[in-house]
Amino acid sequence: MSSINSPFDKPFEQPVDSPGGRMRPVPAERNYLNADYSVRSWLLTKDHKRIALLYLFSVSFFFFIGSIYAMLIRLELLTPKGDLVQAATYNKLFTHHGIIMIFLFLIPSIPAILGNFLVPLMIGAKDLAFPKINLLSWYLYMIGAVIVSSAIMIGGVDTGWYFYVPYSSNFSNTYVTLAGLGIFVLGFSSILTGLNFIVTTHTMRAPGMTWFRLPLFIWSHYATSLIMLLGTPVIAITLLLLVFERTFHVGIFDPTIGGDPVLFQHLFWFYSHPAVYIMLLPGMAIISEIIATFSRKNIFGYKFVAFSSIAIAVFGFLVWGHHLFSSSQSVFAGMIFSFISFAVAVPSAIKVFNWTATLFRGSISYDTPMLYALGYIGLFAIGGLTGLFLASLGMDVHLTDTYFVVAHFHYVMVGGTLLAYLGGIHYWWPKITGRLYPEGWGRFSALIVFVGFNLTFFPQFLLGFLGMPRRYHAYPPEYQVLNVLSSAGASILAIGFTIPLIYLLWSLRYGPKATDDPWMATGLEWRTSSPPPTENFVETPIVTWEAYEFAPQETMKVVGKLTPDDKPDRSSYSGN
Amino acid sequence: MFLLQSPVRLLPEQASTISGEVDALYFYLWGVSAVMTLLVAIVAAFFVIKYRRRAPDEIPRQIAGSMKLETLWSVIPFIIMLTFFGWGLKLYFTMYRMPKDAMEISVVGKQWMWKFQHPTGQREINELHVPIGQKIKLIMTTEDVIHALSIPDFRIKSDVVPGRYTAIWFEATKTGRYHLFCTEYCGTNHSGMGGFVEVMERNEYEAWLSGNLNAVSPIVAGEGHFNSLGCVSCHSAGGAGGRCPTLAGIFGKQQPLADGGNVTVDEAYIRESILNPSAKIVAGYSNIMPTYQGQVSEEQLLQLVSYIKSLSPAASNGIQTTAPARENNPSTGVASPSGQGTTNPDSLRSNPLAPTNPNAEAGRGAGSTRANDAASPGSSRPNSSSSGGNQPRRENQ
Repeated sequence: MSSINSPFDKPFEQPVDSPGGRMRPVPAERNYLNADYSVRSWLLTKDHKRIALLYLFSVSFFFFIGSIYAMLIRLELLTPKGDLVQAATYNKLFTHHGIIMIFLFLIPSIPAILGNFLVPLMIGAKDLAFPKINLLSWYLYMIGAVIVSSAIMIGGVDTGWYFYVPYSSNFSNTYVTLAGLGIFVLGFSSILTGLNFIVTTHTMRAPGMTWFRLPLFIWSHYATSLIMLLGTPVIAITLLLLVFERTFHVGIFDPTIGGDPVLFQHLFWFYSHPAVYIMLLPGMAIISEIIATFSRKNIFGYKFVAFSSIAIAVFGFLVWGHHLFSSSQSVFAGMIFSFISFAVAVPSAIKVFNWTATLFRGSISYDTPMLYALGYIGLFAIGGLTGLFLASLGMDVHLTDTYFVVAHFHYVMVGGTLLAYLGGIHYWWPKITGRLYPEGWGRFSALIVFVGFNLTFFPQFLLGFLGMPRRYHAYPPEYQVLNVLSSAGASILAIGFTIPLIYLLWSLRYGPKATDDPWMATGLEWRTSSPPPTENFVETPIVTWEAYEFAPQETMKVVGKLTPDDKPDRSSYSGN
Repeated sequence: MFLLQSPVRLLPEQASTISGEVDALYFYLWGVSAVMTLLVAIVAAFFVIKYRRRAPDEIPRQIAGSMKLETLWSVIPFIIMLTFFGWGLKLYFTMYRMPKDAMEISVVGKQWMWKFQHPTGQREINELHVPIGQKIKLIMTTEDVIHALSIPDFRIKSDVVPGRYTAIWFEATKTGRYHLFCTEYCGTNHSGMGGFVEVMERNEYEAWLSGNLNAVSPIVAGEGHFNSLGCVSCHSAGGAGGRCPTLAGIFGKQQPLADGGNVTVDEAYIRESILNPSAKIVAGYSNIMPTYQGQVSEEQLLQLVSYIKSLSPAASNGIQTTAPARENNPSTGVASPSGQGTTNPDSLRSNPLAPTNPNAEAGRGAGSTRANDAASPGSSRPNSSSSGGNQPRRENQ
């Protein structure tokens, strides 16, 4: 019990004097970034860290494109009349915003960037199980992105991101087929990433890294991967059927040729609701890491948080019908879906309570990642609770397809996932780049994002209750005040997103060099150099401590000796 | 451009019988959400300030977790959520369980307008005039893509799906003009597909109706289509037309099907039988009816449905056809929907194929015999044309 309240003894900075001490990985000069500078070495890399960076560039690019669409939407909605752009253009704006943000940003963002970078590092592996498939998934992402972009550039799509039939199959004269095929290809990128993570987590864990020693980041990504692997094929099939109907006029969804339009909604949401958890769970993954590190506490109720991720992934497959409460689905089906939707809220609530409890008697610092994480907890709580409004049948009838829904899912997706993503980028920035970002600017922009976000989306709850429908190019004048507030918030939010872009790029050249473990964190990713060498660890780590075990240095050896007490999981010895 | 054109509004009007309860649930949900969010926020803020880092290398004492707390904060939220579930479910039933005594207005959506027809025949586009204090049921379909009809001040909404009938009802409690929106994205001018519901005093509504005197009621219009499209030559209303099942008195009842199943005769089934007659063949008949797909518009379909419903005045009483059929009575080729269908054997004869009891076979046999007997139009037509008004009298025969 000597560890209680005892300070770090120059934590994790031990020289290599003792055999069990921290391993200095190779001469600090050589790392995954400077190993080779050729273009070829980037485009044909099999290093998960380099692939993560490829994703970082491409995904960030599409985030800014998607944001431009959002700004145009908010500009149009400043006035009740549709006066900035034509109705047909406006419909393309929100469709492109949705498609880009969901399929090109949110779904790949955290798993493909941070997950790709960190999963092998956190479990003590040299790479993912299938490095070539990992590279293939990036190429599939790029091919899909090019197809979707070309559909947008040659004329665009106006169906809404959800492609409801028969509008999308027989009425829209836009490039639905091309966009559908693009998303079809993007789906395979997602499937391959999920497959890679699952196999890697099962087979590549370092000796001693048992399932319950895994960081919660890994548990969440495992759950995410399950959804990617099992859910994505359904959207692929659905979009193929849509393209098939549109091209060959075979009656699948269109009632005039014998199809059923509600069938499309069932198939679409069978993927797209679980897809919400593809976007949400990785955010939760990051929050668990940040909360633990910046309060120097192990996550309260580790197993509850771990299994709540799995529960969310499993229950998430059973609630798609709550998108159809007012679309002529039977009342009985509505009842079942409503009930399960409430059930799936429980594991999310468990996470929020456990994160809050983790803060109790911690040693809490106010660094940028922690500010994002605290903001996340508040905004995700509001996003989750307003989801209960929509799960409640009689309430949903009034609120569905209004701005209340828009506000709700932006609280979850932007207030939740995007804040987590920014927090995660800041948290692992020193590890990824070897540089520190300017802390003051970081805190400042986190605050701007929080304020701008609430100003943008809170008025939309009120608009929705008033009855303002989604996807409206023009609206009755009595809704204007709230819309103006929302647009004002959006411009603040835009500033909040631009500042990090500038100082993060700045830090690449001018930021102070980061130490291996600038936060005094516990994960294995901090037990190697910043940036890590291509092979991640010079020597395969042997894990002898629990997850988030904040303790003095002696017990934090990278290469420990397994004692009988460690009861290692046999499956974690794949290499030996 | 930025000048505000109207004062700010934060809450919608409460203009229907259900809006009060929907709002009560809404504020209950916000109340609980606010308490939960504040609870988490205050506790977190307290911890964040009280346990802020005081030395750069301090390590706090670790706490593993607590089964008791985990159980507590799983079970309590779940119980609270059950109240959301139950209350929401109750409201949902109220919204989608149609009242029996409602005035029915048919609604057809099309890109980008709403077309309404009143039971007395008046038509409107993008405006709907309704009397206050009267239950109104909207029976809706669409000519093209999916739309959704939403009246926020009444707190009601339903998708309008091609190939289906959906329904919602409301009872307005306040006169005035209320927004009517399409809330399912339907193409270029989606945001222009709306208008107003005008709630009027009863007498004003009557006056408004009478301002449109040359209107033909949907039932009469439907009868016109029934004759002009040739339906009458087989399904002579009020009589077993021969090769086809009679239509009188069937609405709301169970029909046995050739494939052994049963179907409840409702708006959707009538619609399907017109557009796709081979989908569900009534037992005892063969698949000979041609499709009317492409020959009737959605509005004409709704009028045909209204007419066919009018042949079953007892439908709204939920007649069950469990009594044995009185077979071997070929003289009753005439249907007789009645106000007391359950007790009146004649009403069963109007629906020869209905019995579901052990006598069903006999009834079925009799049905086909009867059908043949009645094949000569002369015997059934005269009665059929007098369908509605004559029926109560038949009970006394």
